[in-house]
Amino acid sequence: MEVERKLALRHSEGKVSLRAMPESHAQIAFELNGEPCTVGFAPHKTLLEVLREDLGLTGTKHGCELGECGTCTVLLDGQPVLSCLVLGLACDGRRVTTIEGMARGAELHPLQTAFADLGAAQCGYCTPAFLLAAQALLEQNKSPSRNEIKAALAGNLCRCTGYIKIYEAVELAAARMRGEDATAPRESLYGR
Amino acid sequence: MADKAVGEAAVGRSGGQAVPDPDVRTEPTAQPPDRPTAGALRVVGKALRKVDAVAKVTGATKFADDLALPRMLYCKLLRSPHPHARIVRIETGKAEQLDGVKAVLTGKDFPIPFGILPVSQDEHALCMDKVRFIGDPVAAVAATSEETATAALDLIDVEYELLREIGSPADALAHPEPRIHDYGDTGNLHKLINLEFGDVEEGFAAADVVREDLFFFEGNTHLPMEQHAALADWSADGKVTLWSSTQTPHYVHRALAKVLELPAARIRVIATPNGGGFGGKSDPFSHEIVVAKIAMLTGRPVKITLTREEVFYCHRGRHPTLMWVKTGVTKDGAITGMHFRSLLDGGGYGSYGVASTYYTGALQTVTYQVPRYKFQGARAFTNKPPCGPKRGHGTPQPRFALEVHLDKLAEQLGLDPAEMRLAHLQPPDSLTANYLRVGSMGLGECIRKVTNGAGWKDKFRKLPPGQGVGLACSSYLSGAGLPIYWNHMPHSGVQLKCDRSGGVTVFCGSTDIGQGSDSILAYITAEVLGVDPFDIRVVTADTDLTPVDLGSYSSRVTLMSGNAALQAAERAREIILPHAAKQLDVPAHRLAFADGRVFDVEDPERGMGFAEAVQAAESAVGTVGTVGSYTPPKSAARYRGAGVGPSPAYSYSACVAEVDVDAATGIVRVPKIWVAHDVGRCINAATVIGQVEGSIYMGLGEALMEEMAYRENRHVVHKIPSLLEYKSPTTLEMCDVVTYIVEDPDPNGPYGAKEVGQGPLLPVMPAVANAVYDAIGVRVDEVPITPEKVLKALKKRGKGDEGRVGPTAFPDIPWPEPTRVLPPWEGGDGKAVDQAPTLAGGVREERQH
Repeated sequence: MEVERKLALRHSEGKVSLRAMPESHAQIAFELNGEPCTVGFAPHKTLLEVLREDLGLTGTKHGCELGECGTCTVLLDGQPVLSCLVLGLACDGRRVTTIEGMARGAELHPLQTAFADLGAAQCGYCTPAFLLAAQALLEQNKSPSRNEIKAALAGNLCRCTGYIKIYEAVELAAARMRGEDATAPRESLYGR
Repeated sequence: MADKAVGEAAVGRSGGQAVPDPDVRTEPTAQPPDRPTAGALRVVGKALRKVDAVAKVTGATKFADDLALPRMLYCKLLRSPHPHARIVRIETGKAEQLDGVKAVLTGKDFPIPFGILPVSQDEHALCMDKVRFIGDPVAAVAATSEETATAALDLIDVEYELLREIGSPADALAHPEPRIHDYGDTGNLHKLINLEFGDVEEGFAAADVVREDLFFFEGNTHLPMEQHAALADWSADGKVTLWSSTQTPHYVHRALAKVLELPAARIRVIATPNGGGFGGKSDPFSHEIVVAKIAMLTGRPVKITLTREEVFYCHRGRHPTLMWVKTGVTKDGAITGMHFRSLLDGGGYGSYGVASTYYTGALQTVTYQVPRYKFQGARAFTNKPPCGPKRGHGTPQPRFALEVHLDKLAEQLGLDPAEMRLAHLQPPDSLTANYLRVGSMGLGECIRKVTNGAGWKDKFRKLPPGQGVGLACSSYLSGAGLPIYWNHMPHSGVQLKCDRSGGVTVFCGSTDIGQGSDSILAYITAEVLGVDPFDIRVVTADTDLTPVDLGSYSSRVTLMSGNAALQAAERAREIILPHAAKQLDVPAHRLAFADGRVFDVEDPERGMGFAEAVQAAESAVGTVGTVGSYTPPKSAARYRGAGVGPSPAYSYSACVAEVDVDAATGIVRVPKIWVAHDVGRCINAATVIGQVEGSIYMGLGEALMEEMAYRENRHVVHKIPSLLEYKSPTTLEMCDVVTYIVEDPDPNGPYGAKEVGQGPLLPVMPAVANAVYDAIGVRVDEVPITPEKVLKALKKRGKGDEGRVGPTAFPDIPWPEPTRVLPPWEGGDGKAVDQAPTLAGGVREERQH
């Protein structure tokens, strides 16, 4: 990897000082979406940046990069985390799942199918994060109540849907994952 | 008009169309039943997936910041730390010398102004001589890394000469100098409007009760989850391409051509799928122009992604609006006259503000009969991020005022607020006092649905203390009747290609911002040509490839691009039909297009595949391609200012909110909302429901918590521009929603469809406010209804006061002479009455409070 050292001038109370920019020199080996992965990146980078910029996995989105919106949620060892608050360096040897790893080969995950069928993705920007947070929930709780779904997704903001189609999609997917022959309630698609 | 004829032929008010089959059809591969019945709709009305649903749930959708090009530079903007200042000097030398910096630009690089409205070309890509709000961009850096660009911003030295800041409309009224802009109606008042439709004083004299109320609607912002981003690329043959998260690629195209001084033909604007817009990505923005210019100067691709903080500075959100309304009613609740005033806090630039100001007075007349109406509106410039169009654009504020005002009038008259509204609805197929043409009108059905569903009669004024219900109604446009730039050209165009493989591609300039506009094009085309909507390729929002559609604003897209698609598809069908008929030896009128086939309705076995039918036509007449376009019907209004308000069709909504108010904490909880929306006709029932639920959510946020807050000691500093501090509803605050779709098809809509993206937001805030009153007997006449305000109102009532929180005065405003227009029933023709000079009543009006 090309190691580049940049010098930046910086104002400090009227004086010009020098500040070293960070070196692009860090490497981790981890499991990404079920496959081994080795990646090099600037050590200050967050997992979000490593995924999007160094690995080209742009399915993980960002809304604030301050840990406020939940949009960058990925699974780290199966647990939802805000990838904008996790350093890439902290992921060495760990297991990361992004939206790109959610479908089973060419087949959508039942949550993805339910989100598509019910219109739980409108603009789709927060959708990868909601899907992964919901996946983590369903792996722990096969039959979550509406309130349990709300609690599990309370850290993710969506400005389009009002969350309702998301709850319904999680419930539908959960039923199907339990082996039930479930369909969406008529009123959720056509109203009362 | 040709397009209108198509719409009428396809629907007609009287219907003749079957009610959409309610069978749930969620699998795109599932085939519809194979025999068409006359007039039955096979795609329209069904709850289908959106055409981009799979891309969205797999993370495959490419948003603007997901794009990258080789040798790409990163752009950052230096923004003003002062609300109002003259730029004395900008020193960029040190930044230019920083290793990795490729360009540093300032205002002198962008001498040509731009703006969304022709009357408000008041922005420069980088400030020329003056900054007008904290966050106004003054310089731009492009560098080989984001870190270098950020570091270089610190090396730019800007000397400012501070000017007096204007923090509020009251401030703007008190201080005409220093002027924030050197244009506008007077001093720091950007726009003043005075319209009179009949003599309201005569109306008040005929009333049994005349009531005046004051309301305030705090500003709030769109908060799309996706920050604005743009990527520009320049090629050595003199062409520039811009990918941007914009709702209006057409207007960005115009602004780029103007500011960059390039022929529009050399500029290509591609709107990437928007990660939420809600109106916040409807203006051409500085950052879009800056990256295009730097790409031209450096010959390298340039990208910018705004930080969340910068998104708050871009704003263009809901105008904070002070309102005064005076209405006369008879004992049975019939309105005899209404006088409405609004004062908008516009922020630092024009944006859509002139239109926003007119919108605060335009749609009061389309819900209940208002025989005489007067509207006075003013917009002030202030040194804050510019306000503009947010979902509902200028109409949620007056709708809040009007619906709470009516609730108070109903109580004063001893009438049930639902019954009072039902008794005086604006009739369908009518003209209003301000010459808006109402077509289909399903508000009565909406009110009946929500009141029945909510058990209104058993709850209103009957629930235990702390619990309450409130009702409110509203209406919204299905697109503006006039374009932003006045011309006679269509508002939406579609090109359609049928190829010999049976493939169909729809090209349209419309922009999908999550509302599903790409899908609407596919569904309508599929309905006409009888093919699977998921086999249709949709190419949209690309100024090089697609005919103009004005953009995703004013809830215009389903009606306008839908009509254009309908016309293009019908024309393709007409091209194919005779050749298929000839080959099948069946009279053309007996052929149906369905299930991917063209066949004899009397003998369905006798038919051919759609691809073969296209081949028959292509063999006979050559390549099969058509165009369709849509131009709204001419408005009946002819007076100055009549450009805002007319629409091909108005949607209607009614809403009942149930609240629990904790008198100890002042916290208002909304467990449930019942909403009914007259959408004319669902093109896709599931996306209609999604738009309704999303509107209720956003309205709930505006009702209870969302506010663009500025620090108290200095009204111009944003309080903390972050997603954490800007409170918006999470899963824990969102209420249950019961949605009723009312379908009253409108002859102007494709298959009768009207809008749904914005209208259902409007009744939420007043319904919640009315429910709070029902619960605890105090009036909070402003939104958001925060716990502090509830407690304050309760405390006031505890002291024997009326228990009201809200504005107490509307300031003196130097209104211009009114434009007087006689309503249709007084013999008016939509034009202003010529005014004799003696009619001058003085430019200043008396103080009302």
